[in-house]
Amino acid sequence: MHELGIVFHIIRSVEDVARQNNIHRVSSVTLELGEVSGILPDYLADCWRWACDKKDLMRGAELVVEEIPAITRCEACGAAYGTVEHGRICPRCSSDRTYLLQGNETLIKEIATPDEEPV
Amino acid sequence: MADVRILEVKESVFANNDRKADELRDDLKRRGTFLLNLMSSPGSGKTTTLTRTIEALRDELSIAVMEADIDSDVDARTIAGTGARAIQLHTGGMCHLDAYMTEQGLDGLLAEGDGAPVDLAILENVGNLVCPAEFDTGASANAMILSVPEGDDKPLKYPLMFSICDVVLINKIDALPVFDTFSMERVRENILMRNPEATIIPISAKTGEGIEAWASWLRERVAAWKRA
Repeated sequence: MHELGIVFHIIRSVEDVARQNNIHRVSSVTLELGEVSGILPDYLADCWRWACDKKDLMRGAELVVEEIPAITRCEACGAAYGTVEHGRICPRCSSDRTYLLQGNETLIKEIATPDEEPV
Repeated sequence: MADVRILEVKESVFANNDRKADELRDDLKRRGTFLLNLMSSPGSGKTTTLTRTIEALRDELSIAVMEADIDSDVDARTIAGTGARAIQLHTGGMCHLDAYMTEQGLDGLLAEGDGAPVDLAILENVGNLVCPAEFDTGASANAMILSVPEGDDKPLKYPLMFSICDVVLINKIDALPVFDTFSMERVRENILMRNPEATIIPISAKTGEGIEAWASWLRERVAAWKRA
């Protein structure tokens, strides 16, 4: 349910970038979301449409999500394994000395704008 | 087809809120108001614990409370009964407060009472162990309540919440004889595994046991923050 709040913050960040670059329309926003970031792309897409249609800058803007798989590394045996499948315990040596290598990303990667002359 | 221009952003979706939270912390420092963000699941005893906390500290600190809920004002009424300044915030369906909403609430709270200074402002966040942990509210300290009936495995299920809290209150210890599968030792282990820095204080908001230990933790924390 926190996706709605996240959408508001994304739009605020995009508005800041747009202001700095004298942009009046945004055609798409690309996010990098980790598999275990806790943000659900489906929910995000629903909130996105609703929130964007309220803003001239964002109206019709597409949301692109690039999902980054979650990988955990075991400090004991050095194995790297899928976090979602195996969790915090290493499937090779059963150690709990593990840490998340990637998959927690919540990044606004880039925005696209129709290449119009600045007004 | 018109060409499209790409602008790199490379910024966390939370960066915007984090900046606002830092601004708010600076502002509160100037005003001399310590902000405590209190989180927990619904029904853990936040409001009863708050009432006890206010009773323990109201002679030495001027205290104000912001109650955040999706709907209703039952909690704000209960707090107002203690004589502390209280306002109710409605999140409009949102499951958490962010720094922007906290700022609005604080402005309202500090304007009430003719702008008299507040030493300790307490934000009672929405009852939820997931989303409130992800949004920095600008608080000077984060506290959470885990009540005995919820079980000692919660730090394993909601690791982020436990990892961001400075202090964890274990409430309803008067019910330990009934909930005999709850182990105080195990809950300590589970919390410290996620957050070795956490202070853990067992309390019963009902009987008042442990409230003095909690009040003195908070008293010292506020004093240290004022000196810094």
